[in-house]
Amino acid sequence: MPLLEVKDLKTYFATGDGVVKAVDGVSFSIEKGQTLGIVGESGSGKSVTCLTIMGLNPKRRTTSTGEALFNGEDLLKASPSRLREIRGNDIAMIFQDPMTSLNPVHTVGTQLVEAVLLHRDISRGKAKARALELLKQVGIPRAERRIDDYPHQFSGGMRQRVMIAMALINDPDLLIADEPTTALDVTTQAQILALIEKLQSDYDSAVIMITHDLGVIAEIADDVVVMYAAEVVEKSPVDRIFKNPHHPYTWGLMGSLPRLDADLERLTQIPGQPPSLLRPPPGCRFHPRCAYVMDVCRTKAPRLEPVRNEPNHLQACHLDEETKDREAARLLHMFATGAA
Amino acid sequence: MIGFVLFYLIPADPAKFACGRACTEVQVQKVAHYLGTDRPLYVQYGRFLGRLFPIGFSGGFHFKAPDLGHSFVNRQPVTSIVGAAAPVTASLVFGGMILWMMIALPIGILSALRPRSLLDRFSMTGVLIGISAHPVWLGLIASYLIGYRLGWTPIAGYANFFHPLYAQPGGPVQWAYHLILPWITFAILFAAVYVRMIRANVLETMNEDYVRTARAKGAPEARVMRAHILRNALLPVVTMLGMDVGLALGGAVFTETVYSLNGLGYQTIQSLNNYDSPTVLGILVFATTAIIVLNLVVDLLYAWIDPRIRLT
Repeated sequence: MPLLEVKDLKTYFATGDGVVKAVDGVSFSIEKGQTLGIVGESGSGKSVTCLTIMGLNPKRRTTSTGEALFNGEDLLKASPSRLREIRGNDIAMIFQDPMTSLNPVHTVGTQLVEAVLLHRDISRGKAKARALELLKQVGIPRAERRIDDYPHQFSGGMRQRVMIAMALINDPDLLIADEPTTALDVTTQAQILALIEKLQSDYDSAVIMITHDLGVIAEIADDVVVMYAAEVVEKSPVDRIFKNPHHPYTWGLMGSLPRLDADLERLTQIPGQPPSLLRPPPGCRFHPRCAYVMDVCRTKAPRLEPVRNEPNHLQACHLDEETKDREAARLLHMFATGAA
Repeated sequence: MIGFVLFYLIPADPAKFACGRACTEVQVQKVAHYLGTDRPLYVQYGRFLGRLFPIGFSGGFHFKAPDLGHSFVNRQPVTSIVGAAAPVTASLVFGGMILWMMIALPIGILSALRPRSLLDRFSMTGVLIGISAHPVWLGLIASYLIGYRLGWTPIAGYANFFHPLYAQPGGPVQWAYHLILPWITFAILFAAVYVRMIRANVLETMNEDYVRTARAKGAPEARVMRAHILRNALLPVVTMLGMDVGLALGGAVFTETVYSLNGLGYQTIQSLNNYDSPTVLGILVFATTAIIVLNLVVDLLYAWIDPRIRLT
């Protein structure tokens, strides 16, 4: 049984302009100790998917359907108090912006201790010892003294380390990291990723890594889910997707990835903007921006189907396989060499 | 200083007023000399400052209590007039403050939790009425209905907390009993302003990332509200409270007048009517000092509750 299995998850927000379908039929699963990368542009529904799993969406004007089975228990049907038990204990989350994710009026120690005491019936002193242990593990120098400092006395990278410490303090089975490196500078990004990877193996947690950066995915993910406009467009093991990507949107994402080994004049970009989730385009949602658009794409939505001979590689595109194999090989060669 | 000049510009002679209607020109001049109003403005101002300064120079260097001079009207020292009136105003203001925060906090938080709900709309309407109503009108209505028709409370007047005067009510119970209506009247206006402010601040803080973090940790809603939202949402409220209380200490003119409370505001009105500039200036000095001191207290308090501005 997978640790977390999400089936046909839909999250709709009712707004003044109509219903925003922020997540529209997303399915994926993750095994114990594995890393799943969810990649896509801003507004593709990555974060909302995870907030829905955690039950952290605003309750008013939001409807969520489908299933999110965590160890066989459906989180969407769990009571608020049961969800509270799970949050921070079995499933923990790291957020995008470490600058605003810590409460400015409490010391980091207090906030770490709070996380422990909410789930463990132990003394404050023991909880503080645990907090200190975690701060040392995430590499905060002079942790004994820094534990009584306030968030504003830490740099962005250090705050994200504190957030990671807070997420891992109760040894969760699943860690959801929502763009944990986006707000940090490049050298810090690498450190934080390395830290998450190391702690993941130490604690044997599964990780869902949300990002718009395929570089991050290549670094740490086992499986990849590519999302576009609230839907999954491609899903596969990580080496497959980098060797033989099957969806034109994934090609676009790869073309916009800067590479140090290629001498490119400029990065390829995907033309246009992600569609409005209020009124998504009919047929394939990517068709207005797709270079390979056919007539069928405008009317019929493609289904997420396995690639021939590759049951683990799913994709949703009307193009025939020969064209896709050929185009993927051509584009990858082009991105790698810089030949246009 | 401005107060001083303003009084100088009033085309009325306090000496004439203090002397009485039947005074001759010579007598008025004598009175003017006695009061010091025949001297040029800068001499009067210099004397005023000299009295106020806590270090004396005549007869050797020594410390002395700041002196505000004497009233033109009854020759009482202004310091003791202010000293008698200040506790009345302070009782009214601090009691009122506690009451208005007791009203504003729960309503503000509840309507922030359920924006656009029936409770929210209802309380926002109440707030609008509270802000629009004039304290004199409110005071008169309250004292008529509750004090006169129902007879639950005294209509007006004040009872000392300590040392009641001969044959007058006093002690904590009578003190509070006499102040109930003034407190309510005084609190309604401010409660209205504070409900709005608390509601807005709580609503804003609820969308902060660290509140989501707290929920992601598995904190129950009550704890999220108390430890994470309120601590942050009430920071600006503390500032406002300090400024408002400081300002109100200078005299809650309307409320004091309606309930015949002999506080600073009431005293100011009386003195103004009598061209009694030393008393008015004395109250002005006292009120200014109160505002400055309270702002200092708030700043110190702020450093304690908000670690970001603490000196490190």
